[in-house]
Amino acid sequence: MRLELVPRAERSTAMALVSPVIAIGLTLIFGVVLFASLGVNPARALYIYFVEPLTKAWSLEELVVKASPLVLIAVGLAICFRANAWNIGAEGQFTAGAIAGSVLPIYFPDFQSPVLLPAMLVMAMAGGALYGAIPAILKNRFSANEILTSLMLSYVALLILDWLVRGPWRDPGSFNFPESRLFNASATLPLLAEGGRMHVGILFGLIIAALAAWRLGVSVHGFAIKVTGEAPRAARFAGFDQKRIILAVFVIAGALAGLAGIAEVSGTIGQLRPEISPGYGFTAIIVAFLGRLNPLGIVIAGLLLALTFLGGEAAQITLGLSDKVTRLFQGFLLFMILACDTLIAYRVSLKFGHRAAGVTGTADQKMVSNG
Amino acid sequence: MAKAGGSEQSDRGSAPLVHTIGLTKRFGELIACDAISFDIGAGEIHALLGENGAGKSTLVKMLYGALEPDEGTILWRGEPVRHSNPAEARSHGIGMVFQHFSLFEALSVAENILLGLPPDEGRRGLADKIRTISREYGLPLDPDASVHDLSVGERQRVEIVRCLLQEPQLIIMDEPTSVLTPQEADLLFVTLRRLAAEGRAILYITHRLSEVLELAGRATILRRGQVVATADPKAESAASLAKMMVGADVAGVERPAASVDGSAPRLQVRNLSVPADGPFGIALANIDLDVAAGQVVGIAGVAGNGQSELFDALSGERLADSGAIVIDSQPVGDKGINARRQMGAAFVPEERIGHGAVAVFRLSENVVLTHHGAGEAVAPSGRINRHAAREVETRVGERFDVRRSTDDPRASALSGGNLQKFVVGREIDRDPAVMVVNQPTWGVDAGAAQTIREELVSLARKGAAVLVISQDLDELFEISDLITVISDGKLSPVYPAETLTAEKIGLMMGGVHHAHDGLQAATDGGESGHAA
Repeated sequence: MRLELVPRAERSTAMALVSPVIAIGLTLIFGVVLFASLGVNPARALYIYFVEPLTKAWSLEELVVKASPLVLIAVGLAICFRANAWNIGAEGQFTAGAIAGSVLPIYFPDFQSPVLLPAMLVMAMAGGALYGAIPAILKNRFSANEILTSLMLSYVALLILDWLVRGPWRDPGSFNFPESRLFNASATLPLLAEGGRMHVGILFGLIIAALAAWRLGVSVHGFAIKVTGEAPRAARFAGFDQKRIILAVFVIAGALAGLAGIAEVSGTIGQLRPEISPGYGFTAIIVAFLGRLNPLGIVIAGLLLALTFLGGEAAQITLGLSDKVTRLFQGFLLFMILACDTLIAYRVSLKFGHRAAGVTGTADQKMVSNG
Repeated sequence: MAKAGGSEQSDRGSAPLVHTIGLTKRFGELIACDAISFDIGAGEIHALLGENGAGKSTLVKMLYGALEPDEGTILWRGEPVRHSNPAEARSHGIGMVFQHFSLFEALSVAENILLGLPPDEGRRGLADKIRTISREYGLPLDPDASVHDLSVGERQRVEIVRCLLQEPQLIIMDEPTSVLTPQEADLLFVTLRRLAAEGRAILYITHRLSEVLELAGRATILRRGQVVATADPKAESAASLAKMMVGADVAGVERPAASVDGSAPRLQVRNLSVPADGPFGIALANIDLDVAAGQVVGIAGVAGNGQSELFDALSGERLADSGAIVIDSQPVGDKGINARRQMGAAFVPEERIGHGAVAVFRLSENVVLTHHGAGEAVAPSGRINRHAAREVETRVGERFDVRRSTDDPRASALSGGNLQKFVVGREIDRDPAVMVVNQPTWGVDAGAAQTIREELVSLARKGAAVLVISQDLDELFEISDLITVISDGKLSPVYPAETLTAEKIGLMMGGVHHAHDGLQAATDGGESGHAA
């Protein structure tokens, strides 16, 4: 007996949209089992994870603050994935952007000017874009696998950040804590409302998602990305240069991740630290897939994954659950989405073969070939 | 003398070697094989005849254990058998030579053969065995030769010898001559007759009627997954077999005489050389060719002799020297495909899905694929105009009778023939000045093939220069005014189609380019036909 995946003749469009919902449902069932086995009341745990953060104004704000870097990064990743370029290194591009964008406020702490923030944003995007270009160039030049190079470069960026804030960029007045000096007021993204947590940076995600949805839909550039992902040979036939497109999507994704990085540092945190991201760059991969690689779907998916971060923090405090439970949740959600997508494209069929006959078959074969 | 399939074995005395009863295979909605019953006797050369998509390959894959039937029984010497994989089929004595070879180019002949044998088969004495068998059956092979040095015909010998080493009683051959020159095919037929004379059965899959008439003792004809007849080829003609295969009389293409005025050719190829792409690619060497307005020029050749390289160079998917390709007196050799499209050129590649069209895209999106860069209404200034693309899709669909189940379906929802009509029609709709088509009717049903051929001829007669690369000689004779042959990346001189026969083209396919056999080259200039 063996399992076989048989391609379905017709893929259901409705199912493709419903699949994230099924995946979320299955993940919740998984959560019940997980919490029960950890000795926690599943109903209470799920409430704390997924409902409580939605009941308070401050946590709703926090939800948006956490969703915005996810959306920014995931839109860039979706563009890469559409072009069949597997950028797994958004965490590194996020970090590179945060570093590049922090150069001015760290080296010129007294420089205050309205052009400072725009300059920081541009430098962050350039830093992320350049860092994103490395795996693309390696792929185009040497056919190096971009999954490996982009992932490994993430750790390089994280270690560079670690070295910077422990070494040359450490705030002299930080009592040896590994952190940079605090950014001055004109290097900090302004808040949307006084006293709140939401800064201007959260608008970036919405603007970029809308822009990307529009460009992917109607422009020849968006068309080129989709053709390259679906059929590289047809893309060449259409006159699109595959290498240029690979480079372009990596640069776009890197720039967006870099923008998310500086928005997080200058908007939410206010200084550089060894840990500026709870894994946004990796979680954004899940956001991209949960949002069906569609920029508008990504906005919704970004909010949902931000909820797991918030709920995870709450569960850590209230239930004493490890923050690893959150990563487990996120990982299981991705697994379920991919499983649902596979079952939409393929149908599982049980084959009752006869392995035993195969064994006698070899014996027969020997006879035949010796005979 | 055709009679309905299924009940003929009763009058054949002892049990046949293979007998299938009601063999059925479904792929989703499609019934690839619908209750197929037929039989093959020992020592028989049995042709399995049908158009592309008739179910021939599916049927033999079930016999060979590569696919499991959904319903029905296979009787092997009267005993029901189930092969869940090819190894089991081979153990019963069923061997198969595939149309597409599965050889490792970097390994030697003996190493390749060893890989295909059961794991406990020793390599000791294998080289001698290969020599003996290949000599006995007239398939000369050097066991130590590297496969990438072998010609296509020699590679096929490797596959056949590998099959013979397993002492098969039934040998299935899937369109073996599609990669051979006529001369190589004749040699293959000698081998097949010898194998049959030894009492082995041969199931010979083809859609070439002449081969059935020449070789087969009986022929089973499939149409849309069903057996329509089992015929005695000696009592049939090519026309009557074609009628059974297609289900209707097949009309030829009407080809009015070309009227070529004295103006400069619309497509000129001058000393085009392109290096091989990768170790096993074919380099193009010093190709010269002219296609005038109003002409259809055909390029014949055995697969893998540089056709796709030539197409890529002509289309601009690979670039060459500026002056190597000239469209309407403008050098374009170093310009990309869209620059050439803007000058009025249009291209149809060999592969429909994945090259000429994207399977998951709707037809209108596939219109954008080739129209966006040609300065047309479909994508003015970088923005796609869906409405204009839909208009083209509808117009092409109606004019070329592309059968679509819904408005603007995905390309993958169309049958091969319908998609090919769309892909060709999409380019003809642009009213091109120069049209380059690679394998215009490959894998297409007869009706669609005729439509496409007629449209290509009429496009030329309206003043376009049409270049057709094809492996189908009958097709080239039907539509071409001039024919040349590509062999190992080089072109033969160009000859008027009327002065050529299949045999002469066969000689040129083998690389005999010069006019030793008294052929008169077509061009008015030099005797080589290359206007250098």
